[in-house]
Amino acid sequence: MKKFKLFIIIIGFSLILVNNLRAQDTDRVNKISKNLRCLICQGQSVYDSQSDFAISMKTLIQKKIDEGKTENEIYEFLTKKYGDWIIYDPELNKNTFLLWFLPLILFVFGGILIIRKVSIK
Amino acid sequence: MIKNIKFIIIILFGLFLFLVFLKGLDKPNSYSPNSILNQIETKLTARTLYKNKEISLGELIDKNNFSLINVWASWCLPCRNEHSYLINLQKINNINIIGINYKDKEINAKKFLKDLGNPYSEILIDPDGTISIELGAYGVPETYLVNRKTNEVIKKFIGPLDDLKFKEIVKIVNNEKI
Repeated sequence: MKKFKLFIIIIGFSLILVNNLRAQDTDRVNKISKNLRCLICQGQSVYDSQSDFAISMKTLIQKKIDEGKTENEIYEFLTKKYGDWIIYDPELNKNTFLLWFLPLILFVFGGILIIRKVSIK
Repeated sequence: MIKNIKFIIIILFGLFLFLVFLKGLDKPNSYSPNSILNQIETKLTARTLYKNKEISLGELIDKNNFSLINVWASWCLPCRNEHSYLINLQKINNINIIGINYKDKEINAKKFLKDLGNPYSEILIDPDGTISIELGAYGVPETYLVNRKTNEVIKKFIGPLDDLKFKEIVKIVNNEKI
């Protein structure tokens, strides 16, 4: 009887563990697919969309994770296939540097204007 | 004096923004997938529709000078319309047409080919759509013209083939002697 109880406990724990690992995997798929634009839908992410394209994309991401690919490797692979446009959070490169730095420049410029105005007064 | 400098700076900044947006206007705002042409993943393997064995895309591309990879499905109506173009293209000697059967039931796919003819030298089945995504497809139908030597996609046709696209393929195949 004792052995049986131990057996049940072990099974229970391993189920929880497997479940947890699986859940982490889905979390990663969700995280990645939320940052991907569904290219054939209007204003939806791959995560939100139920189109054939998005469903296949999610399956592929799961497969890549199972193969041991990192998040960045998956993004790199997809941008190679579909271009920068597929990622919502664009990487910093020569085409996007203005996008990243313009707000900063505006902020500094505005700050200087305000400080000058205040100090003049 | 300070007012003047401020005025000039504001004007210059305005001009700068104007130029940025003007340049932005030049760019087509609709996303054009044609701009991304790259090498075909030759290592992709899948089961074939008729022979039921795993085969890699690289092995299939090797056959002729040009390969036409066509993503299709029996449930897709435009695929039905473009099929006659594929049948005609098959008659051109140095084109090898490879089919990727996208999210389809095998029995329906086979019936489709029985009814309309089979232009494909080999058909890979893609039940969950992942092979098509790895190829960079958006949906069905889609066709890629591939150069055998470099395994490079020469041209990507999104949507069904029509007279214009057919002529373009024939022109490329006839002109580019490898």
